[in-house]
Amino acid sequence: MLQPLLSAKTQFWKIAKRVTQKLAAIAALVLLGGLLSATLVRMAPGFDADERELDPSLSAESQLALRQSRAGEHDILRFYASYLRGAIHGDLGTSHALGQPVQSLLRERWPVTLRVAGIGLLLAWILASTLAFTACLWRLPAFEIFGTTVSGAFLCIPAAVLALLSVILNAPGYLAIALIVFPKIYRYSRNLFAKAYAMPHITAARARGLSETRILACHVLPIAGPQMIALAGITVSIALGAAIPVEALCGLPGIGQLAWQAALSRDLPLLVNLTVMVTLVTLLANSGADVMVYMLARGES
Amino acid sequence: MNRARKLACVVVLVVCAMSLAANWLAPAGYAKQFREAPDAPPSHQHLLGTDEVGRDRFARVLYGTRISLLLAPAAALVSTVLAALVGGLAGYLGGFWLRLARGFTDLFLSLPWLFLLITVRALLPLNVSPLTSVLITFLILGLLGWAASARVLSTSADALRNSDFILQARASGLHGPRLFLIHVLPNLKPVLYAQFWISIPVFILSEANLGILGLGVAEPMPSWGSLLRELEGLISFREEPWRLVPLLLLIVVMTSFQLLLSNEEVTA
Amino acid sequence: MNMSKPGRPAFSQFLFCVAFLSLALSAVASAQSGGELRFCLRSEPKTFDPLLVDDDSSLSIRYLTGGVLVRLNRHTQELEPDLAESWKLSKDGKQITFKLRTGVTFSDGSPFSAEDVAFTMQRLMDPALHSSTGDAFRSSSGAVTTKIIALDQIAITFPAPIAGLDRLFDQVAIMSAHSPKKEAAVLGPFMVAEYKAGSSLLLRRNPSYWKKDSQGRRLPYLDSIRLDIQSNRDVEMLRFKRGELDLINVIDSDYFDRLAASSPGLAHDAGASLDSDFMWFNLVASAPIPDYKRAWFRSTNFRRAISEAINRNDLARIVFNGHAQPAVGPVSPANKFWFDSNLKAETYRPDAALNLLQADGFHLQNGALLDKAGNAVEFSIVTNASSKPRERMAVMVQEDLGKLGIKVNVVTLDFPSLIERISQKFNYEAAMLGFRNVDLDPNGQMNIWLSSAENHAWNPQQKAPETAWEAEMDRLMRAQASAADPKKRKESFDRVQEIVAEQVPFIYLVNQNALSAVSSAVQGADPGILSPQTFWNADRITLNQTKRASR
Repeated sequence: MLQPLLSAKTQFWKIAKRVTQKLAAIAALVLLGGLLSATLVRMAPGFDADERELDPSLSAESQLALRQSRAGEHDILRFYASYLRGAIHGDLGTSHALGQPVQSLLRERWPVTLRVAGIGLLLAWILASTLAFTACLWRLPAFEIFGTTVSGAFLCIPAAVLALLSVILNAPGYLAIALIVFPKIYRYSRNLFAKAYAMPHITAARARGLSETRILACHVLPIAGPQMIALAGITVSIALGAAIPVEALCGLPGIGQLAWQAALSRDLPLLVNLTVMVTLVTLLANSGADVMVYMLARGES
Repeated sequence: MNRARKLACVVVLVVCAMSLAANWLAPAGYAKQFREAPDAPPSHQHLLGTDEVGRDRFARVLYGTRISLLLAPAAALVSTVLAALVGGLAGYLGGFWLRLARGFTDLFLSLPWLFLLITVRALLPLNVSPLTSVLITFLILGLLGWAASARVLSTSADALRNSDFILQARASGLHGPRLFLIHVLPNLKPVLYAQFWISIPVFILSEANLGILGLGVAEPMPSWGSLLRELEGLISFREEPWRLVPLLLLIVVMTSFQLLLSNEEVTA
Repeated sequence: MNMSKPGRPAFSQFLFCVAFLSLALSAVASAQSGGELRFCLRSEPKTFDPLLVDDDSSLSIRYLTGGVLVRLNRHTQELEPDLAESWKLSKDGKQITFKLRTGVTFSDGSPFSAEDVAFTMQRLMDPALHSSTGDAFRSSSGAVTTKIIALDQIAITFPAPIAGLDRLFDQVAIMSAHSPKKEAAVLGPFMVAEYKAGSSLLLRRNPSYWKKDSQGRRLPYLDSIRLDIQSNRDVEMLRFKRGELDLINVIDSDYFDRLAASSPGLAHDAGASLDSDFMWFNLVASAPIPDYKRAWFRSTNFRRAISEAINRNDLARIVFNGHAQPAVGPVSPANKFWFDSNLKAETYRPDAALNLLQADGFHLQNGALLDKAGNAVEFSIVTNASSKPRERMAVMVQEDLGKLGIKVNVVTLDFPSLIERISQKFNYEAAMLGFRNVDLDPNGQMNIWLSSAENHAWNPQQKAPETAWEAEMDRLMRAQASAADPKKRKESFDRVQEIVAEQVPFIYLVNQNALSAVSSAVQGADPGILSPQTFWNADRITLNQTKRASR
């Protein structure tokens, strides 16, 4: 009676310890990401250059003041320390380019990106996996070539052109994101499926007359599944990347548009916060995928 | 499939031959500005018309093919090898190394690398030769493009590490690099193939986008990327359909290459 | 993103019927009142504080919402009374006295008086504000004093005379001294009603705007103006064609021609604008470039040769499809008063250019130009990446100079990197940029021509003028600034223009035409060359709802 209880308890502590470790690792990586991005921005040329320096109506004193306005950000460690101090108290700093608190900018704009990139990603997955699965199931050369060409075509069209096309056709922005992300998912999942279907025991199962759904559920997914889940994790960051041109062209006020503006004006407070958030999302998506793979593996054994 | 492959073979050979024979096919060269005929539609003299400053688009496509078709696959190879090394090794070693590599790739995926590129441009001299600039650009693309697939690979390799046949191979005395090369790496092929084929067009396009930072192919040299960028300003494709030719060519060449070089097991 | 779908036929027919019905009804009432004008801002406005405005978008908003004492008529280029009924400049050019309009109130109802003008000027001239509008008034150190003579009369005294003082007030939007709403209380025709960051801005009609039309109706006619923030010009053009936008303030030449071909009535070419595109060489003594290159760049013959070897007609014809004029100098011919009509644009003379170069010891060898010491002539031109026309011009200059055996490398950079190179590190050889000239008066260019100034691009912040001609320019610029007589001022500035033509510190390339697009539903618009080109008379613009519905 005592034995199983004890083991359940140790089990709990074991899991708790792992979760804590994982969270600590995530927190450390997020902080590191912020610091590294601040360093990258600081090292890049044009860090304290301002368009207004070319304005001939500004007096020498104003030009000087302009240049000194970012003096507090020259020492990157000091900047980062004061940023963290502020962040603990809920103050994420003020954007240079837009003159607004970063917090309110993020609050306004995250939902837009979350919706556009989220729906886009979902569509891309539905499209890609349907196409990839059909290609494996049918195994018609013509369909194969069709799939390769279509996905190849969307890979070759510049993202800005796809976004522009969506404006021309009055299509919603998430469709453009879906079309940008879809070929990548298709290529990966097509290959993973093909590999799984080529396994000898699946050929054997086919010969035995097992239904295709059963083959998929019992044999293909267990092989390709973990990698597909891992793929799902990384497509989140791919979709976030695709959001930049799409939001800028479709006039969607989201994080992607904000990131581009921030990069062009070397808006350090905003960029650091954006990197921290993107790192967090990436880590959560990928760690989530890892955990799922881990649980699947345990469930099987 | 066989007939398709033959066709693909012909396409690739023709494109390669034409780009090599660019000097004869387009004797005017890629930089000559026919100023009396800017933005011209296709004609006998200019098969694909001319660009905004009157340069022959056909010549630009041919010369651009040379650069992009050579360098983009090379960069894709670099990124694929890196992905295999980081992702494959991490998954194969497992434990601490796996966690470290995953943390590293996740971080790598989220950092604003744009600023690194801007810094690289600042470190290069302004009068850098176009070829050096292109080489460096593609090298950087190769060095930056590996993270996403490394992440997927680490999962594949992790699963492999505990699979029966690796355990068997271990039991039969195979260890270290040999085990990795003979048994692990071949099993990562699906992801590696995908990484390679996705990277080529992505790098071709990225090279053109880096033009805004002063990296990549410098004027007046053409590249497929800069030819594709022409599409960005085009609202109506119906008015000037010949502008789509570089895009179509790239798609056809990419598809042909894929059909040609892929083996039976991994087709796409 | 505008999500409106093309719509099913049945539904659009229904809509059409409704629109038709409502039109039939409203046509009786008035054909020209109300409605919402829509156009795009190309970037996020950086501020709503009228005194801190420094970017195009904020400038547009200030123009539409701010009330000013005097207004420069964008059509006649003359000053007109606005909130000031009249004004008087003192003989020494240091003092200006305004007689203000009475019975005017801000948009929140608070009354307008001399106190508000005093408050605005005091705040504007606060050195800690670092306002570019304020800096334009700063000719020397010392405090600005305001004296309220009566509630409708105020005298403003500056420590030193300021040339073209009255014109500067066109840029000063008066703020309320007392209103708790601060900058949200405005005197202009419109007021900011709604701002969705990153997406759009809604300006509503200011009900307390003082102006009335000849029939005694209160202006503005429009109910509101919707400004969408959209940086992409393709998207802007597309939406204009669809009828979702009524105006495009500045349109690229390739789109202009396409529009002119499909609907000629909508495209407006107002002729050469004040803006110019130019290039220059780095003449900074401490710049990190090889000495022999600095020696080329510092040679007047070399600069003149480069200038003569560039085919400006081709630039205007090919890059701008003919919607640009070869540039003459710092002043565009469109600036009627200040342009020196004795000057002509440099003609394309590659042979003369080669002669000039040979006079300096340059010689051709195997098609490449070498200097006296045998160094091959090669230099880079940096320019900003976001401007397609400028990139094309750079490529054409590259080809033109290539014919002389000069190897030019075109390097496009992102704007912050470019600014750092040209104004902080001086790590460049030649640069190509454009200058948006909003001020007709040359006094606004003081910081460009004075050798000690920050914006003396080719060699800024000189302790003492390094060349005789720069010393002469310093003298002439100061002379024009202190003279009160416009004729005398023009004499001085004409000479500055001539020195620029002789010494070629800037190689002027083209003056782009002011191209705009105005929908046929917009009535009363009079697109001109001065910013804001299409909506400078926004308070009198009306919308023809019939035409809009039929689009």
